[in-house]
Amino acid sequence: MKPASNWQALRTVMQRDLMVVMRRRSDVLNPLLFVLMVVSLFPLAVGPGPDILGRMAAGVIWVAALLSALLGSERLFREDFLDGTLEQLTLQPQPLALLSFAKIMVHWLLSGLPLVILAPLCALLLKLPLEGWLALIATLAVGTPILSAVTAIGAALTVSLGRGGALLSLLLLPLFIPLLIFATGAVEAALVGTDAWPQVLLLAGLSLLTLLLAPFAVAASIRVSVH
Amino acid sequence: MTTLLEVKQLASQRAGRVLFSQLSFTLAAGEVLHVEGENGAGKSTLLRSLVGLVQLRSGTIQFFPDHNEHAEDWRQYTLFMGHKAAVKAELTALENVRLQAQLGGVNDVDAWQLLEHVGLLGLEDLPAGQLSAGQQRRIALTRLWYSKAPLWILDEPFTSLDTRGIQLLQQRFAEHTAAGGAIIMTSHQPLTWQSAQLQHLRIEGGEL
Amino acid sequence: MWRWLHPYAKPEVVYHLLGRWLPWVAGAAALILGGGLVWGILFAPADYQQGDSYRIIFIHVPAAMFSMSVYVGLAITALIGRVWQLKMADWALAAIAPVGAVFTFIALFTGAVWGKPMWGTWWEWDARLTSQLILLFLYIGVLALYHAFSDNRTGAKAAGILALVGVINIPIIRYSVEWWNTLHQGATLTVFERPPMANSMLFPLLTCILGFAFLAAALIFHRMRNEILRQELHRPWVKAELGETSKQTEAV
Repeated sequence: MKPASNWQALRTVMQRDLMVVMRRRSDVLNPLLFVLMVVSLFPLAVGPGPDILGRMAAGVIWVAALLSALLGSERLFREDFLDGTLEQLTLQPQPLALLSFAKIMVHWLLSGLPLVILAPLCALLLKLPLEGWLALIATLAVGTPILSAVTAIGAALTVSLGRGGALLSLLLLPLFIPLLIFATGAVEAALVGTDAWPQVLLLAGLSLLTLLLAPFAVAASIRVSVH
Repeated sequence: MTTLLEVKQLASQRAGRVLFSQLSFTLAAGEVLHVEGENGAGKSTLLRSLVGLVQLRSGTIQFFPDHNEHAEDWRQYTLFMGHKAAVKAELTALENVRLQAQLGGVNDVDAWQLLEHVGLLGLEDLPAGQLSAGQQRRIALTRLWYSKAPLWILDEPFTSLDTRGIQLLQQRFAEHTAAGGAIIMTSHQPLTWQSAQLQHLRIEGGEL
Repeated sequence: MWRWLHPYAKPEVVYHLLGRWLPWVAGAAALILGGGLVWGILFAPADYQQGDSYRIIFIHVPAAMFSMSVYVGLAITALIGRVWQLKMADWALAAIAPVGAVFTFIALFTGAVWGKPMWGTWWEWDARLTSQLILLFLYIGVLALYHAFSDNRTGAKAAGILALVGVINIPIIRYSVEWWNTLHQGATLTVFERPPMANSMLFPLLTCILGFAFLAAALIFHRMRNEILRQELHRPWVKAELGETSKQTEAV
């Protein structure tokens, strides 16, 4: 008797999560629409002048991205916790960190990647000067995996509490600060004509490190939560 | 006879209350252990603590003491089913069965036949969320028909099942134990099927 | 390691051990910190640039220093709790975190009070103050998570994981905030680039730092003792202990 290989288990978990989310599209769409809404509120709040909007653009888009990550965090583990899938995952012979990684990847595919694709639209709405576009897209591409991974830690920690929302933002937002600083710093560097790549590379490094370590934290948190 | 599970001096507490202590038993191939007790006595806690879902205060649990390789990978040779069915409401019965089997490492499962077996044929394309609790439970229970794990730990497997379902399940239990498997289960219903090697374990619980 | 630790893993033993140390540690804290503060505030010379307002450093600097060390201690405790599954470590988490949070708050508050005469504003987005603010957020997160669970054990485990994640993040946060600060250099903060402190100011400061160390230890010991009593309330030894003390008070 052979158990599922690690690879097969990873694929099955991803497949199942993707299928589930595809039947509940609003869970994916709502956080993205939220980002678009926040982005369109800013010109109304501070005026549509390109100077002020363009300078704020990267910051607004990134803050909206952080908040939308919190909004969409429930679907990572909540249903799995309630229907017993999560406790079955902890009993799989494969490492739980690996299966957590699968869940992080699905979350990124459905919340991080769409943000990268949406970035030009947001940049357009906020009149981000063209020089900043590439840096914005690059930071979103390498930064959103951090968002998914760290959100997964918080979601796994609070999944058994039932009322995650506000608590989750207390836990996670401080941890997102470096991401916010380096990402907006990169865009700003691109805007003033200096090299944005050091920050983007730094973010990429942080992203790899986070993806490497976070699954273990998520696995530990899941084990605490199913107890 | 090979021993599948050896439990020594188990103790557990919840919220400062001792549920059970100095609990010892062994389970050999072909045996069924029926854990009995009132609501809140700690039956589920016992079963969950066996597979590490609840932390114990003290005691040792040895899986497959006669079988070193199995002992290390006990998760692979143990099947646990809790109160929750672990069935995804958004997916159809068929998809649930297939994905469940894939996660268990069984790729050549005949999902149609399994569904027929548990009496869900004709409902296979409905999202599981639209099925009744008993029907969802049947989806989860299909695991018992293809699983090759020798040790089954089942928390209230008969919950929400109708009489026919209960009969079907007991029949499956008989097959399993006849093939050298062992079962630990809780149930409020008395078992109608008389296994030759049925043991009873009563948990009183509640003392401080 | 385990053999050495094992006797100390018994709540009763730890309770009495801490009880024996507590008066000494608390006494040392009162003596040293009191002495340091009197020395610093009454006898140390005034600063030639800032006059008397600099004297707040005798509270600010030690509080800021230990706000960080206590967090590291919190993370180490959490790690011990995870690796050895020690319930004592879980309880210690609850004893340590609020002390660190209060120190962080004191550092922030005195920083702001000091900022008013220095920069003419209560709050400046200076790298150190910002890092301190984020540290306070991290503490608040740990405390909020701990208290969100009705079961203390689970709460401590969850909070422990968060503390570990936080401690890995702290160097990254510090670095990012410093980098951000140089990027947005607003106020000129030359005050920090001063000639080395005169001994007449340095010695009272060092005394205060030592005093704060004892203060932190005393507070943590005291909280830990309370936590042990709270967790073991139903155990016979606690009943005996509490019974004895109440009898003693009655006698007095």
